[in-house]
Amino acid sequence: MAKVKVYIKNKKGVLDPQGKTVESALHSLNYKNVENMRIGKYMEFELPDKLTKEKAKEQTIEMCNKLLANPVIEEYTFKIE
Amino acid sequence: MKFGIIVFPGSNCDHDCFHVIKNVMKQPVEYIWHADKKLDHFDCVILPGGFSYGDYLRSGAIARFAKIMDPVKKYADRGGKVIGICNGFQILCEAGLLPGALHKNSSLRFICKDVKLKVTNNKTAFTHLYKKNQSVTIPIAHADGNYVCDKKTLKEIKKNRQIVFTYLGNNPNGSLANIAGICNKAGNVLGMMPHPERVCEQILGNTDGHPLFESLISIQ
Repeated sequence: MAKVKVYIKNKKGVLDPQGKTVESALHSLNYKNVENMRIGKYMEFELPDKLTKEKAKEQTIEMCNKLLANPVIEEYTFKIE
Repeated sequence: MKFGIIVFPGSNCDHDCFHVIKNVMKQPVEYIWHADKKLDHFDCVILPGGFSYGDYLRSGAIARFAKIMDPVKKYADRGGKVIGICNGFQILCEAGLLPGALHKNSSLRFICKDVKLKVTNNKTAFTHLYKKNQSVTIPIAHADGNYVCDKKTLKEIKKNRQIVFTYLGNNPNGSLANIAGICNKAGNVLGMMPHPERVCEQILGNTDGHPLFESLISIQ
């Protein structure tokens, strides 16, 4: 099976309240040099080996656009291993 | 006017809507199961509040693929009236029936309280019994009500007068342009975070949601 790893984060410019809160918590722990904290989601799943890499890529993109990410507020990257 | 209320696994305001339509508005109403495939015989379809599919992945993201959603899209395309309240609004955005998305509240908290709203557009089928810019009090109860869209979409929905309700005073969730509710371009699909079905009876101390349902029924 080919392992697919998908990373989803808020688009640039979309407020990330969770990232902001965690960043200020780090500041209060004295890690004052931390900036631009963004929190996203990580997903992994498997696809059958018999799929060509091209097909696996195509299917992953389709699944991301349809369900896994919301293109209005999120962007994604992925790796196929 | 015949109302249909869609029940998803995790909907929890379906009974409130049913009660208001049946006992307060005195209109025929039926539940529609999420796995049904037909809704032709309704004059208005409501997607109620709740936490469909546990809000997993994103609020509304799974519900939009429920079997009933294709018929809902076709119904809306034909001009059928659709109201999405709270989780229903999130589902309509995920389904692409309304522009934009509902993001986490800027406070990261679930907020449940009465809020003041302005009826920004009283020329819709849902709001024509309100006065222009009327201030109303309707409760919210959500964690993901922070409306977002890109600049181009915001410009467009402003131009088309699709912003129907805005928060007055303190914006509870950080939504763009204080947006609390919007409609589609054609004006037959409304999505709003506040819960009008919770404020339709004098005995509950507030009837500010009543004109919304009355507006719909009176044009029938």
